Amino acid sequence: MTGRGTAVIAGAYEHPERIIPVGSVAGVIADVVHGALADAGLGIERVDGFFYAGVHQGTNLVTMADYLGLGPLSYYDSTDTGGASPVSQVGHAAMAIAAGKCSVALVAMGGRARSEKRGSTGGPVPQDAYEGVYGLTQPAAYALAAQRHMYEFGTTSAQLAQVRVAAAHHAQYNPNALYRDPVTVEQVLDSPLISDPLHRLDCCVTTDGGGAVLVVSEEVARELPRRGVRVLGHGEALKTPGPGRIDLTYTAAAVSGPRAFEEARVTPADIDMASIYDSFTITVLLSLEDLGFCDKGKGGRFVEDGALLAPHGVLPFNTDGGGLCNNHPDRRGGMIRLIEAVRQLRGEAAPEVQVADCELALVQGQGHALGTRSAAATLILGREDVR
Amino acid sequence: MTGSELQVPRCPHCETLIWFPRSHCPLCTSPDLELVPVSGDGEVYSFTVNRRPTGAYKDAGAVVIAYVELAEGPRVMTNIVDVDPDQVRIGLPVRAVYQDDLLRFAPRPEAT
Repeated sequence: MTGRGTAVIAGAYEHPERIIPVGSVAGVIADVVHGALADAGLGIERVDGFFYAGVHQGTNLVTMADYLGLGPLSYYDSTDTGGASPVSQVGHAAMAIAAGKCSVALVAMGGRARSEKRGSTGGPVPQDAYEGVYGLTQPAAYALAAQRHMYEFGTTSAQLAQVRVAAAHHAQYNPNALYRDPVTVEQVLDSPLISDPLHRLDCCVTTDGGGAVLVVSEEVARELPRRGVRVLGHGEALKTPGPGRIDLTYTAAAVSGPRAFEEARVTPADIDMASIYDSFTITVLLSLEDLGFCDKGKGGRFVEDGALLAPHGVLPFNTDGGGLCNNHPDRRGGMIRLIEAVRQLRGEAAPEVQVADCELALVQGQGHALGTRSAAATLILGREDVR
Repeated sequence: MTGSELQVPRCPHCETLIWFPRSHCPLCTSPDLELVPVSGDGEVYSFTVNRRPTGAYKDAGAVVIAYVELAEGPRVMTNIVDVDPDQVRIGLPVRAVYQDDLLRFAPRPEAT
């Protein structure tokens, strides 16, 4: 139990830069931490919980706590599930707050993957000799899932392209987005194949930067001048191939989603806006199905006809331009998905894409690779007056 | 080694064929895994043609990365070789071959 609605996201900050040629990863993370504290109106001395995946390009939780000058923390968590980490961590922070372990939880991430041409990768893993040796890349791992989806359900490249078209439409209203030009389905299909059937424009951007949020107790939230966002539901799940029987047609969101909806006591039909992990266009299609926004296999049909377009589509998604066009720092997009949902629920998204009367948002994180083994985390967030 | 000599770990307790090899059965935790011969035949479960290979494959042009479902059950990540990448499809019958000491798969003669 997160203690439904008792944790509030009181501050959020996305680094405004996408290319940071000079500087350190720790310095970038300090920038976003201070940005989030200022947004919340909280001093750093109030932070008693620290949630940090601890892998961001050579940093770790203890060195970052020291670098930032965090006090004697009463709770910390270095959950690392790739890009899904911050989405999980907000759920964990809500639980820690409900359990009385901390009252001001700082969740932060960042990196300089674009400038340093590397992301946060760990050491050797058991499957190296059975996967990496075959030339598997991140695009290839997701392409395997896309190819199978096409085979089983008749999904087309043009349908996948619709995801990029919607993200690009939104990015034109985000002055900080890396790519701000609208694109057409034809432009996506004409972009070079990276790993069949995924084209270059089916793939997310690689950026420098990062983000941070502050999750606080209801008591702390009452002191603060800014409107906050309630954590209403959280779910997370891993999906592994077990003894080697991978099924590429679904993700762990099929488990994390229902858990979050149940905790929040809402259904997909109640969601006003979705922030869905978009490492690749196929990631979105599979997540939409697994979360119950459409039936399994119907994701391609669902995204046609502008369903994802803000502000009037059936399910406005990634209204900042997403990882596809806006930002995907440290090759991990969960934090940025989270921050855009917070903006929408505070009514602070770009006016052109602000969803009217946005009361409930869903945040979906996906980590590692859908083609091998992956982690999913789902959050249901509510406007401060929604319980 | 030829394809028919392919061996796969098997759990003697729950009789599951396991891929990839590891110390314990991921289903029943038995540590007594044994290697058993399999046919080496399978079908492509999914595939991609990686047009931007990296690392050791940097100069390879296009690399076909696939899951092959062995006739005996496990889905194995591999490369499909000895084939025009544009001819690979899901369901293609393939057989294990060893190239450069790696388990790879090529189309079965009857499939071409």
